[in-house]
Amino acid sequence: MDFNFTPEEQAFREEIRAFLDAHLPDPMPEDDPDFLRLWNEKLRAKRWVGFNWPREWGGGGGDLIRQFILKEEMSARRAPALGLDFMGLTWVGPAIIAHGTKEQKAEHLEAILDGRSHWCTGYSEPDVGSDLASLQCRAVREGDEYVIHGQKIWTTSAHFASHIFMLVRTDPTVSKYKGITCLLVPMTTPGITISPIENLSGKASFNQVFFDGARTPVSNRLGAEGEGWKVVMGALANERSGISEATEMLQHLDDIRSLAKRARRGGRPALEDDRVRRRLSEMEIRVEAMRLTGLRHLTDQINGKPSGSETAINKLQRGILEFEMSELTLELLGSAAQHQGELQHEALAWHGTVIGGGSPNIQRNIIAERILGLPKD
Amino acid sequence: MNFGFTEEQGFLRDAVRKFLDDRCPMAEVRRLMKTPNAHSPELWKAFAEQGSVGLLIPEAYGGAGLGWVDFVVVLEETGRTLMPSPLVSTALAALAIREAGSPAQKERWLPRFAEGSAIGTLAVLEASDLPGAEGVALVADSDGEVDVLHGEKCFVADAGCADVYVVAYRSTERSAEPSGDRAGTGVGGALRLGLVARDAPGVRVALVPSLDETRRSGTLSLDGVRIGPDARLAAADPEATLALLLDAGSIAVTAEGLGAAEGALALTVQYAKDRVQFGSPIGRFQGVKHRLADMWVDTESIKSLLYYGAWAIDERRDAVPRYASLAKAYLADAFTRIGVDCVQLHGAVGYTIEYDIQLYLKRSKWARPMFGDGDHHRDRLARLSMGNR
Ligand SMILES: Cc1cc2nc3c(=O)[nH]c(=O)nc-3n(C[C@H](O)[C@H](O)[C@H](O)COP(=O)(O)OP(=O)(O)OC[C@H]3O[C@@H](n4cnc5c(N)ncnc54)[C@H](O)[C@@H]3O)c2cc1C
Repeated sequence: MDFNFTPEEQAFREEIRAFLDAHLPDPMPEDDPDFLRLWNEKLRAKRWVGFNWPREWGGGGGDLIRQFILKEEMSARRAPALGLDFMGLTWVGPAIIAHGTKEQKAEHLEAILDGRSHWCTGYSEPDVGSDLASLQCRAVREGDEYVIHGQKIWTTSAHFASHIFMLVRTDPTVSKYKGITCLLVPMTTPGITISPIENLSGKASFNQVFFDGARTPVSNRLGAEGEGWKVVMGALANERSGISEATEMLQHLDDIRSLAKRARRGGRPALEDDRVRRRLSEMEIRVEAMRLTGLRHLTDQINGKPSGSETAINKLQRGILEFEMSELTLELLGSAAQHQGELQHEALAWHGTVIGGGSPNIQRNIIAERILGLPKD
Repeated sequence: MNFGFTEEQGFLRDAVRKFLDDRCPMAEVRRLMKTPNAHSPELWKAFAEQGSVGLLIPEAYGGAGLGWVDFVVVLEETGRTLMPSPLVSTALAALAIREAGSPAQKERWLPRFAEGSAIGTLAVLEASDLPGAEGVALVADSDGEVDVLHGEKCFVADAGCADVYVVAYRSTERSAEPSGDRAGTGVGGALRLGLVARDAPGVRVALVPSLDETRRSGTLSLDGVRIGPDARLAAADPEATLALLLDAGSIAVTAEGLGAAEGALALTVQYAKDRVQFGSPIGRFQGVKHRLADMWVDTESIKSLLYYGAWAIDERRDAVPRYASLAKAYLADAFTRIGVDCVQLHGAVGYTIEYDIQLYLKRSKWARPMFGDGDHHRDRLARLSMGNR
């Protein structure tokens, strides 16, 4: 065990800091697409977008530890997220790298890095949530094309996505895991319609997506027919490990500490209240545990030990943390918690993130069955 | 950056496991529990020969010269099997002597610790039960060169089998400004650490029956005990040394507690697979399996904090206070919960003296206050990150 970063890793950290000193505007423009695009170009020039993707496809060819450092430094300075196409970067691109044809790699990977594409993910259906393998959306092969009939739901970002990374049933006669295939479909395909769904904080973040005889070439299939489950297992692991990173939680902790500095309780600064202080410490404990657990799993990955089920640890920790942080935020706001506002709305958002990517109960099932060896229910 | 155990550490774990399987199975644990000090000199000697007792002691003094991450490997295993032993106490006494002892003090004690012929322990707590310098109110009478102690030290771990006590007290001189993260406490006199041998005149030990009979402690009465210059530890900053000892204690207790928590979890997972109700193993019911999954999340998360803290003792001293508190706070509450839930998941047999799970429950009660409970460490973390109120 050695928690020291090597001199090269330390130098890399310094390089990032110097880059941020030179290029990160202060104050940061808010919600400015032009700035984000410019920022992405600068990061692309350093090959920091897709840092650990192969160089031949435009990535940085970097290692996981440096990628961790990169994310940590960027987040510490609250720089915009690395890359513009979040799902493309986090799981669609890696799935294409692992399972895609040369043509698919050429078509999609650089587009993701440049932010020219914007992927969404079509797993869930009205009757299919936690039990994803029972999905019904049907694709029938006709010559060189698949014809898709069915519906997806809760599809985040579908309303501005360029492509959908989706699962379809190609063979209803075999066992439920075997008849699933993964397709990469342009959202402009005729036969696709989108209908937004408002979430409880009033934002339209997810959608229903209807497929009414949408046709897509067989060359848009990722992996072999019937191998979709294998593709999605890797993609879900990447999604969950993204969710389970501690960087965002560190920012939240920072925010809530500043709130505690401003807020008052019982006529005194909230930060002088023992209970508030202890709750903040409890959050600090969990955030740091998440951060170090993440590093442990990186080591496992580097040593060639797959980190499939272990991401469930941090997904569960994050659920607990977001609950605690949201409730403390609202408590610190006091009577103002009844008003509409940025903090109030953020405090509601965890109700979505805690379910997205697999609910806590499903994470517990995964741990109990795959790791502890308890019987399936 | 490498967050994994080495191959050697894997061998070490195997060797300790084998030793414990052979020499300290649960039947032996239960036998030792019924002895006055829950301590077997033969077992201790054998454990020293195996190498675990002197693991941290430098090779020059007869030890293995390994580090705290290695020691954590051993403690996880002694915790898993609930081995009754003064391992943590002796390691902390050795750390005190290594950090602040004179060559003669090192020469006198460290080789004997390593070979298992002497046992040491810390005597810090008093009736105030404050785990830190602020709890040290015992003031010595100074007789020229010699400090003379009249008073009591409470909750002294392994008091009954120890040969030497590292006693924290105060001299009659006024102390300088408190250092480190310690809040001003107003207790007078500069902090000192001294070595008191069990057989020194004026030393008396009263054992107090333990809830966890695998762990023993007692009250140390000091009735005119003399600490001369040769018995004082010459710490440059006694407060910092004491803080380090207590942090190392937190980390050691977390390591043993984690091992015990994993032991309790393993027992209960097995029980959940074996026990059938409503026509299926109870481990199929989510009310059971999800609690067990949560326990696993906690034990894995504790490991992350613990390993960093242990590494920091050898490699990054400035990080030790924070990580000791992060780890111990998590352990204190999570192990408590695990103990309670594991007993409950056993049903009525969990409430019997016969089933081993009750021993783990009692160990969790022991571990919680050791070197500070959850709130103690959360308050300290708040001071470290947000300053004093
Ligand atoms: C903010 C957000 C964004 C999302 N984005 C996407 C997206 O982009 N693409 C996509 O395809 N999907 C997306 N989803 C859908 C998400 O993947 C599903 O909501 C999730 O898998 C759960 O499915 P469900 O909502 O149908 O709930 P259900 O599966 O019906 O579960 C309902 C409740 O029952 C519990 N439950 C279910 N099965 C079990 C069991 N075996 N044991 C114990 N409890 C159980 C669950 O824990 C949950 O509390 C998103 C969801 C949210 C909230």
